[in-house]
Amino acid sequence: MVFSLVGGAIPSFKAFGLKFIVSGDWDPTEGREVYGALPFIAGTLLTSFAALLISLPLSFSTSLFLGEYYKGTRVARILGMLVDLLAGIPSIVYGLWGFYVLRPLMIDLGFGGQGFGIFTASLILAIMIIPYATSLSNEIIAMVPNDLKEAAYSLGATRLEVIQTVTIPTARSGIVAGYILSFGRALGETMAVTMLIGNTNRVPDSFFGTGNTMASVIANQFGEADGLKLSSLIAIGLLLFLITGIVNGVGKLIIKKMT
Amino acid sequence: MRIILSLVLAVALFSACQNSSQKAGSTESASASLTAAGATFPLPFYNMIFKQYTDETKVQVTYGGIGSGGGVRSLGDRVVDFGATDGFLSDDKLAEMPGEVVHIPTCLGAVVIAYNLPGVDDLKLSNELLEKIFMGEVTNWNDPLLKANNPDIEFPDVAITVVHRSDGSGTTEIFSDFMSKISQKWADQVGSGKSLNWPTGMGAKGNPGVAGTISQTSGALGYIGSEFAFAQRIQTAKVENSSGAYVLPTIESISAAAQGDIPDDTRIMLTNSSDPASYPISGFTWLILYKEQAYGSRTLEQAQATVNLLDWVVSEKAQAEAEKVHYAPLPDLAVEKAKAILRGITYNGEAILK
Repeated sequence: MVFSLVGGAIPSFKAFGLKFIVSGDWDPTEGREVYGALPFIAGTLLTSFAALLISLPLSFSTSLFLGEYYKGTRVARILGMLVDLLAGIPSIVYGLWGFYVLRPLMIDLGFGGQGFGIFTASLILAIMIIPYATSLSNEIIAMVPNDLKEAAYSLGATRLEVIQTVTIPTARSGIVAGYILSFGRALGETMAVTMLIGNTNRVPDSFFGTGNTMASVIANQFGEADGLKLSSLIAIGLLLFLITGIVNGVGKLIIKKMT
Repeated sequence: MRIILSLVLAVALFSACQNSSQKAGSTESASASLTAAGATFPLPFYNMIFKQYTDETKVQVTYGGIGSGGGVRSLGDRVVDFGATDGFLSDDKLAEMPGEVVHIPTCLGAVVIAYNLPGVDDLKLSNELLEKIFMGEVTNWNDPLLKANNPDIEFPDVAITVVHRSDGSGTTEIFSDFMSKISQKWADQVGSGKSLNWPTGMGAKGNPGVAGTISQTSGALGYIGSEFAFAQRIQTAKVENSSGAYVLPTIESISAAAQGDIPDDTRIMLTNSSDPASYPISGFTWLILYKEQAYGSRTLEQAQATVNLLDWVVSEKAQAEAEKVHYAPLPDLAVEKAKAILRGITYNGEAILK
């Protein structure tokens, strides 16, 4: 896979060099073709980071609820099942829901003209990655040995103190791994994002403005692309591959440092 | 009891399968099967007439709507019997193909300007307005230019949201070709092609995406393939043609765009036609194939089946079907030229159609 990506991307890197990564121009008109991946790199990183930030309080509190407060109860089982169900919903359904429900809501709330853009896309991504982050950290939190917690309780700690000083530090690496996994998922998400981000091939000028992501532009443009454009799309694919690799690498490093 | 029943059922199913597969095998050996791929714009038309052709002649035709670019690539790689494209191949592209390629026009379509502005239903757009809206210079419906062009309409204070295609498309190519013809500024700054560097607006995928976004967005304006807009009864604007008349896109006004002279190889963009009754953003869609059909391990039978099918596509009977799926049929001159091209297709130098 890496070989075919690199092979396909060579003509584009040959034509534009490193400018391909840092240039914000994307002009597919024949005769003056210029391709730069910056708008898509920026859009991808922006939406994914924002999604991670938005989902963090939601999924973390859910996993504490499931793995600590209501561990093993019927409520937790049902809620856990519902959260896992979120992971099973096809991304196009998220996109449709975003298009018909979330977007009008954005317009009513007055976020950016037509409700399309980076922020709306980030919101939908945040909902999509909640189950990944939640179920992993919930498992890890539930696995924290009772002995440790009981020891803390016997020292007079309150429940909050137990969570802060025992549960979270013990489960830390697992929790971080869960968020890195969900970040990776946000990076590659295509369909739901494409329906909500506005698909303008420019570096986004504001958080509520429209933009585009790497996965979305590939899915949109691949069908009719040829020559230099095809090569540029493949090069974007290669960059996405690299970014995902870097994210995973950094994640592994963090886990290693923590344990 | 239940086991016996299910066993009986299984045996019955199995024998039924065998029967049908035998039948399918026997018809396949008796007649050819053709594969083609390309443009999605005429897909409903091709689906309908190819199915009819299969019913009548037992020749299986498989058409994949993979986009014009894909159609040209597939023909170049010689993995299909013929390709389909919304934009004709330029001289450069023709030279890149491994053999001489000819174009057969099959029907006409148009690109319509759809909009969503509650209370407004008779919008007229001059060339100047189209340029200014799509260049992002006219950004509100209460712009005096719009009022001057449509004195009878009370425009609200609503921002114009331009919606364009986010995927590469022949629809975009026809639209941008028209824009380049009416506006020097557009030609210099944006140009024409299957996907563009849009100065304003947001993208949506496919005709359904653009139409859906427009219908969900108050103040939106965008362009849509006519076959989709007609089928969905989407509200469209009148567009100024080169003789200064404002024309609503209809089957008749689209056909009128092709009334003028057509070159012998039928490679012509019909946009901005001078016919006063014509809708200006109209165009042909083509099937493309090799002029010399004897290549690779291609048999004479396969070549004959291909040319016979294409000859049928431009026949009166198939053309009469076009309107049912909201395409404009070919004018007589185009049919004549198409038939002349088909007669020029050869197998080892000998004409296939007699």
